[in-house]
Amino acid sequence: MIAALAFYAFAAILIASAVMVVTSRNPVHSVLFLILAFFNAAGLFLLAGAEFLAMILVIVYVGAVAVLFLFVVMMLDIDFTQLREGFQRYAPIGAIIGAILLIELFMVVTTWRFAPEAATLRLSPTPAGVTNAEAIGRILYTDYIYLFQACGLILLVAMIGAIVLTLRERPGTRRQNIGEQIGRSGSVSLRSVPQGAGLKVIGIERPPSPEEAKPKEVEHHAHGGHH
Amino acid sequence: MNWTLAVPELVLGLSGLAILGVGVLPKANTHFACAMAAIGAFLLTAVLVLGAPEGTGFGGQIVSDAFSRFTRVLILIGAAAGVALSLDFNAKEGMDRFEYPVLLVFATLGMLVMVSANDLMALYIGIELLSLSLYVVAAFNRDNERSAEAGLKYFVLGALASGLLLYGSSLVYGFTGTTNFDRIADALSDPTRASPGLIVGMVFIITGLAFKVSAVPFHMWTPDVYEGAPTPVTAFFAAAPKIAAIALFARVLGGPFGDLAGQWQQVIVVISMLSMVLGAFAAIGQENIKRLMAYSSIGHVGFALVGLAAASEAGMRGLLVYMVIYLLMNLGAFAVLVAMRRQGRAVENVTDLAGLARTDLSMAVWMAIFMFSMAGIPPLAGFFGKMFVFKAAIDSGLWTLAIVGVLASVVSAFYYLRIVKVMFFDESAGALDARPAALSFVMTASGLFTTLFFLYPAPLVAAAAAAVASILG
Repeated sequence: MIAALAFYAFAAILIASAVMVVTSRNPVHSVLFLILAFFNAAGLFLLAGAEFLAMILVIVYVGAVAVLFLFVVMMLDIDFTQLREGFQRYAPIGAIIGAILLIELFMVVTTWRFAPEAATLRLSPTPAGVTNAEAIGRILYTDYIYLFQACGLILLVAMIGAIVLTLRERPGTRRQNIGEQIGRSGSVSLRSVPQGAGLKVIGIERPPSPEEAKPKEVEHHAHGGHH
Repeated sequence: MNWTLAVPELVLGLSGLAILGVGVLPKANTHFACAMAAIGAFLLTAVLVLGAPEGTGFGGQIVSDAFSRFTRVLILIGAAAGVALSLDFNAKEGMDRFEYPVLLVFATLGMLVMVSANDLMALYIGIELLSLSLYVVAAFNRDNERSAEAGLKYFVLGALASGLLLYGSSLVYGFTGTTNFDRIADALSDPTRASPGLIVGMVFIITGLAFKVSAVPFHMWTPDVYEGAPTPVTAFFAAAPKIAAIALFARVLGGPFGDLAGQWQQVIVVISMLSMVLGAFAAIGQENIKRLMAYSSIGHVGFALVGLAAASEAGMRGLLVYMVIYLLMNLGAFAVLVAMRRQGRAVENVTDLAGLARTDLSMAVWMAIFMFSMAGIPPLAGFFGKMFVFKAAIDSGLWTLAIVGVLASVVSAFYYLRIVKVMFFDESAGALDARPAALSFVMTASGLFTTLFFLYPAPLVAAAAAAVASILG
């Protein structure tokens, strides 16, 4: 009873938010509705007993894909009114294609039937005694370990490729060099400063590096110069 | 499980990771050291391949047999030569980053996975590992517009081809109920039970593979990518990946779809005929020598596919012998192309070779040998490759295909001989820069093979015959 209620609640919100993804005028709202749709789909998976898929859906689709969408939508300056301009002109063609697809879908649904022996041939999705995450793990890491590792290498190549093609060593970048930072001595010292004394009394302390001498002097002149 | 069958792949993969890990650490440029380590890894893997046991492993996902051994060794030779060709060029063009050999190692690993695949999934993953690495190296000279364009074009069209291949695989899986090659072969042992859906799936797989070997009508990307990519990358493209894709073609059509030969033979005949004709005619007007070699490689794929179209043991054997000869003479020709620099700049027009015989006789002679061999003039190796495939085609009754092939090879002789004429009889365009030792080595080694092959062809032909027997079995 509660499961059925939960199912209808999730399903209704899922469909409603999916509709809103398409119809809402603000693209950012669309993406937010998409995230809502993903969450509800994850709820449906949970009800069906596929908790692993539910978590993956939340982590991958909500955590990565939808957030990426959001970034792209916010960063690209897309003029959506301009995109909608040709709507009236293209509507008839779109309607015809939609109708053809609908008819095809109807034909498939009405004539489709499972082979009678299909149900017995099906492998059990959840072997007895293990959770479904464990069952997926067993298949992935034992039966398909070769392909799984090869997929890992493909991702590695994708990462190397992205770095090779985009990373540039800019001359001006300053990186933290921890060894140098810890090793510097003489240029930094502890001083006992009397209370209430401002910078005017003790002066600004800088390490005596020759390359920074020039801009410093300019700064001094700008501030009226005090030595 | 039997994971020991995958030891060569494991070793190559781990070497790739080790080279990546060691290469990234020092502040100094590690390109040369990494490239040398990559060549070492290829040679080590080749030794392991030669000693590999036979059988199927990982629940039938991979297979190690005479065929996979033959093609894997060939691929590793091609890859090692490809890295050797790139050493000096990369340093001079400012692309000497250590990622280059690392990507080539992973590309080669992808090829090994492809040719030892015994399952549609392993096949697809191998192709993707190869393709993804190749997309990146095509664009490796990223500040060069043409290189970036080549990479992008290859990526977009390659993704489309992968989609077609995957769609075909899903249809085959749907209609046979398995992705394993052996069990697909079992399901199709009675050809009359092959449903139209399965045939469509098979044709989609052929389409995807034809794209990877750049056979007409799926060749459109080849000239642009070959021209735009840096020359050593082009050399790599034209060598090892072609072997891998053709070998995959032979394994997929000869193994799981072997009993449907009547269905795929007509497709291969058409593809082969179109490739030979386009390769012969489109190359005639080319001024850029890399573009010319692209059309030439399309033509060569057409000739090799003649052997596949014959759908016989002799045909498959001819295909393998053709690919060995193609690999070696192509590596030599590309060594000449990589060596084409004048005053520190890479030049790539046919006219830049003018009068080469007067300034650098040995390179001109080797190039002339490669060109004569590609044109199929006896007693050079290229002639024997063509003879094997055409004889097999005639034995299978494919007279039209053989005649079109011979005519195409006559037409293609025109542009090969034109290069020889430019080198020996035209006014000199100025001396080329001195070439590094690695290029001379590759040039000489493949030149000697090309000239002396006719003396003792038996071991190669016997190895090819054993390889074919293991898939047609």
